Amino acid sequence: MGKITLDKVSKSFGQTSVIPQIDLTIEDGEFVVFVGPSGCGKSTLLRLIAGLEDTTRGTISIDGQDVTGAPPAKRGLSMVFQSYALYPHMSVRQNIAFPLKMANEDKAVIAKKVEEAARILNLTDYLERRPGQLSGGQRQRVAIGRAIVRQPKAFLFDEPLSNLDAALRGTMRLEISELHQSLGTTMVYVTHDQVEAMTMADKIVVLQAGRVEQVGSPLELYRSPRNLFVAGFIGAPKMNLIDGTGARKHNAATIGIRPEHIRLSSDGGEWTGKVGVTEHLGADTLLHVAVDGVGQVTVRADGEYQVRSGDTVRLTPDPDKLHRFNADGETF
Amino acid sequence: MARAISPRRKWTITVVAWLLGLALFFPILWTVLTSFKTEGEAIASPPSLIAFDWTLANYFEVQARSNYFKYVGNSIVIALGSTLIGLLIAIPAAWAMAFSPTKRTKDVLMWMLSTKMLPPVGVLVPIYLIFRDTGLLDSRTGLIGVLTMINLPIIVWMLYTYFREIPGEILEAARMDGASLAKEIVYVLTPMALPGIASTMLLNIILAWNEAFWTLNLTASNAAPLTAFIAAYSSPEGLFWAKLSAASTLAIAPILIMGWFSQRQLIRGLTFGAVK
Repeated sequence: MGKITLDKVSKSFGQTSVIPQIDLTIEDGEFVVFVGPSGCGKSTLLRLIAGLEDTTRGTISIDGQDVTGAPPAKRGLSMVFQSYALYPHMSVRQNIAFPLKMANEDKAVIAKKVEEAARILNLTDYLERRPGQLSGGQRQRVAIGRAIVRQPKAFLFDEPLSNLDAALRGTMRLEISELHQSLGTTMVYVTHDQVEAMTMADKIVVLQAGRVEQVGSPLELYRSPRNLFVAGFIGAPKMNLIDGTGARKHNAATIGIRPEHIRLSSDGGEWTGKVGVTEHLGADTLLHVAVDGVGQVTVRADGEYQVRSGDTVRLTPDPDKLHRFNADGETF
Repeated sequence: MARAISPRRKWTITVVAWLLGLALFFPILWTVLTSFKTEGEAIASPPSLIAFDWTLANYFEVQARSNYFKYVGNSIVIALGSTLIGLLIAIPAAWAMAFSPTKRTKDVLMWMLSTKMLPPVGVLVPIYLIFRDTGLLDSRTGLIGVLTMINLPIIVWMLYTYFREIPGEILEAARMDGASLAKEIVYVLTPMALPGIASTMLLNIILAWNEAFWTLNLTASNAAPLTAFIAAYSSPEGLFWAKLSAASTLAIAPILIMGWFSQRQLIRGLTFGAVK
């Protein structure tokens, strides 16, 4: 079991309020991702749950039990750090065994559990090595191994993939998702990368300046962002946000349309524009178009779409997929 | 990208490095060689490097005139004593400053370092008078106290920089892994801090061993360490190069041997944190 509830939790460092007030429920077995720009308080929120920071106000409970004042060790949670935080003087085996040793487990049980974790994470051949002799991906796996042996109520991940290169990040993303499927344990994952959030999460919590902007499944956030911030943050490439005359025609202060929801044609169409840079991604082509009276618009076209810089194109936003925002940036 | 080094360049660097190393080592080598010469050969011009009558007479003479082992004993007691007491005070101090720094931590560190900028002779008279009035003159206790205080800022600074190298996340990881404070100290902190403490200890022993100003000024015979032993051969009846060299060789031998065996630790300590 691992249901985590935050009730009116706030956090200040001295005079600076980092998290004004948050209510949040993380259901048992859920994969929840905290996402937001750097400095939005997502890591602080995770550290509050971990017990590495004290809350200023409010209560945190795990499975209905108030743990607000409990030290990290008593909360039954495991954490994977951005820097991996492996013990440099211990072998991989000792690193993974450490939480079990702290729990005074039987030696034979420890050995069995460590072997099992190493097998799952493909670390069996590296058990006698020191962290310094491993690659980044292997260190990350050791950190995960150390987290899973204890069978915690929930896993906390603090930007665990940001020190890895792009290819490895993709692989590890998949491995963590598979791990979640096979273990079924609650996972709370912090990242600034919305692609990680979209691909891994059951539920995304979008944070800005310590406030929750929106909570929902990846597709909910993609389809119906509550405000301008979420609209601009979720989705790659970014949603086109247009204000001024282009928006007034739709009776809104700002309108948003995703690059994949704009139809290209050679005549007709709502907007006319000149193609600037084109990015060929293989399956897709991204066109950056300067539209008269509207500004820069990004359009996602088929990979086979033939276009050259300087060409004139006609664009029509799909009216069903158009997002309208009022002057306060809220969707209506 | 690594720069390509031509074989010729490599040779030049090797030769220059050896020459520099020999130049640095030469005074010690010369002292050792001179200690095996007779007084006449020691001042001969031009001097002979190897081809002289090797003799151990100076060493017997030195031991006969002054009891070498008494001075060694004093040096060991003073160097080890001041280092151990210094570490006992400095470890908690550096620990607190590294892991729970306050706004004033930097100022405190600078203030401690500033005491090293004062020329020691400036406080010689007051300290001498305090020692005289408290009966600490020419006592090992007194010297241990003075050397502890003299070297404390350096110990604290060194330990502080070592402790700062220990990433906070590792300590947090231990807490998450269920370690109590006691277990955190035993299994994680101590093993990670030990290399730093060991090299600080080694360097401080060397500093205390070689300290001459206070040991010469505050001792007469009872508590005199090896620095006083060497000094005794330099002045009263004129210069006796061979005997002085024999005394010097005897004085530096223990610390040289210790340094030789711990050089790996010393170098690791001096470059700790430079390469992860």
